[in-house]
Amino acid sequence: MKILVPVKRVVDYNVKVRVKADQTGVDLANVKMSLNPFCEIAVEEAVRLKEAGIATEVVVVSIGQSGAQEQLRTALALGADRAILIETELNLDSLQVAKLLAKVVGTEQPQLVIIGKQAIDSDNNQTGQMLAALTGMGQGTFASKVVVADGKVAVTREIDGGLQTVSLKLPAVVSTDLRLNEPRYASLPNIMKAKKKPLDIVTADSFGVVLQSQVKTLKVAAPAVRQAGVMVDSVDALVAKLKQEAKVI
Amino acid sequence: MAILIIAEHNQQALKADTAKTVAAATKIGGDIHLLVAGFQCGAAAAEAATLAGVTKVLVADAACYQHQLAENVAALVVELGRDYSHILAAATTHGKNCLPRVAALLDVAQISDVIAVESADTFVRPIYAGNAIATVQSSDAIKVLTVRSSAFDAVANGNAAPIEAVAQATDAGLSVFVSEELTKSERPELTAAKIIISGGRGMQNGDNFKLLEGIADKLNAAIGASRAAVDAGFVPNDMQVGQTGKIVAPDLYIAVGISGAIQHLAGMKDSKVIVAINKDAEAPIFQVADYGLVADLFVALPELEAKL
Ligand SMILES: Cc1cc2nc3c(=O)[nH]c(=O)nc-3n(C[C@H](O)[C@H](O)[C@H](O)COP(=O)(O)OP(=O)(O)OC[C@H]3O[C@@H](n4cnc5c(N)ncnc54)[C@H](O)[C@@H]3O)c2cc1C
Ligand SMILES: Nc1ncnc2c1ncn2[C@@H]1O[C@H](COP(=O)(O)O)[C@@H](O)[C@H]1O
Repeated sequence: MKILVPVKRVVDYNVKVRVKADQTGVDLANVKMSLNPFCEIAVEEAVRLKEAGIATEVVVVSIGQSGAQEQLRTALALGADRAILIETELNLDSLQVAKLLAKVVGTEQPQLVIIGKQAIDSDNNQTGQMLAALTGMGQGTFASKVVVADGKVAVTREIDGGLQTVSLKLPAVVSTDLRLNEPRYASLPNIMKAKKKPLDIVTADSFGVVLQSQVKTLKVAAPAVRQAGVMVDSVDALVAKLKQEAKVI
Repeated sequence: MAILIIAEHNQQALKADTAKTVAAATKIGGDIHLLVAGFQCGAAAAEAATLAGVTKVLVADAACYQHQLAENVAALVVELGRDYSHILAAATTHGKNCLPRVAALLDVAQISDVIAVESADTFVRPIYAGNAIATVQSSDAIKVLTVRSSAFDAVANGNAAPIEAVAQATDAGLSVFVSEELTKSERPELTAAKIIISGGRGMQNGDNFKLLEGIADKLNAAIGASRAAVDAGFVPNDMQVGQTGKIVAPDLYIAVGISGAIQHLAGMKDSKVIVAINKDAEAPIFQVADYGLVADLFVALPELEAKL
């Protein structure tokens, strides 16, 4: 069974981004970039399925600028077998990303797609569901447990009220939640080995997908800052403030 | 111009997020139709008809919609949705699961987590865990939006909109419901509560969450948690507040033994009043707190409970 794992290069989760003064976007100059945490979990899950003898090949794919090769190499060091970079300078919507990924699904014919639930830059939480729709597959989103058996995948999903388990016919799309697994650290020998693994680069234009987005960003502003608060020195003082000043209890 | 909203319900009753999604639709303007897809969901449909601003309730009552699986609900919404200018759902796990599937099948973009409506085509949404706020304009024929319910006040009840049955009932055959483990609680739901008290890694174990319960009882509060507390197994996943958990904006949020990571703040920093109790005076949570108390939670919590 082949598993396809789409991964995104995003600003590292420890970075608190700043909005540019001209309000056209956030300032990403000299900011640390990483593999999106949910994608790292997706790679880990795919590699574990391979180690368990269920998967035979793990292919990672990223869409974006040339710099994303770095994150693809990280994924290869974590245990993926092969990487594809679909290069574009454009900032694509999840819909365009899903359309490009659908083409990759068409050529690669994976039995399972494991994808992050959310990119921590756009915070969209859309691509996996869209890819499932475009390829006619079932979807198991926000997975905290994945069991592949008998041509099906059972996915335990984190939902607002608790947990839900669904069973999907393969091929299917699974999107990862944080508690699915704890990704390993890439060892030095594996980082070295990853340098020799195949990484194909193709241009996004070559797929015949309309890459034009219908959503225009008019401005990007900083969020409202909270007024600085006060420190209280006792529980009594806290209760008094909440009753008399804030009037919330 | 008419707006279709996917209602969220458990067959008997609507979730509070739906009335807030209707509030967002009211700001767009036009007729508002609520779709209740479920099985033996007449009671939920009847409640939907009472929401102010709703002009029609559509009910798809069939076994294949019982668990509201995304594959089946999306196919239904796409069938009904082509004539609408906007399709909305709350940005809950249900809305996030279904709506992108709808958008892709309609070949339009989705705008996630709308926190304000500027006009019928222009919307405001947070990105980068709320560290930036984007204003976006869509030229798609159908605008597909998920609505962050903490940013809108629920519409009132008292309406009596007509209820119409829709005949579609197609099982896409891609997924099957297996089981559900829902957390039972007598407390208000996190996203509906006026007061929330949350515990973090500082609570040390699940048992110690009892220290929060006594206080929650007195304040009629919901109990939340940081991701660290959930990951450590102290409490179930549905209690997580944050960028990737629940987004809340109660009147009062009390963070106990929580450091205040960006991802946690993303889920609670729009609360009206924030209280932080932490033994580390340098904890970043104090930068967003209206009232900070540097104290050992094991001393402060019993005292707080006694003094309320
Ligand atoms: C992609 C991604 C998404 C994430 N999403 C979320 C999310 O949605 N929600 C979320 O919460 N986190 C999220 N996180 C995790 C986040 O980065 C932090 O790791 C997490 O919020 C830390 O939880 P904490 O504050 O409970 O733990 P810590 O950071 O360990 O803080 C514990 C605090 O308890 C205090 N403390 C300890 N003992 C006591 C005591 N006896 N009395 C008083 N205070 C005490 C300490 O001083 C400390 O400040 C996410 C991370 C990633 C990478
Ligand atoms: N440009 C991209 N290249 C590859 N995968 C992507 C890209 N954008 C999004 N994805 C995948 O889709 C997931 C969800 O992203 P989003 O829907 O944008 O929040 C991510 O975790 C990735 O796995």
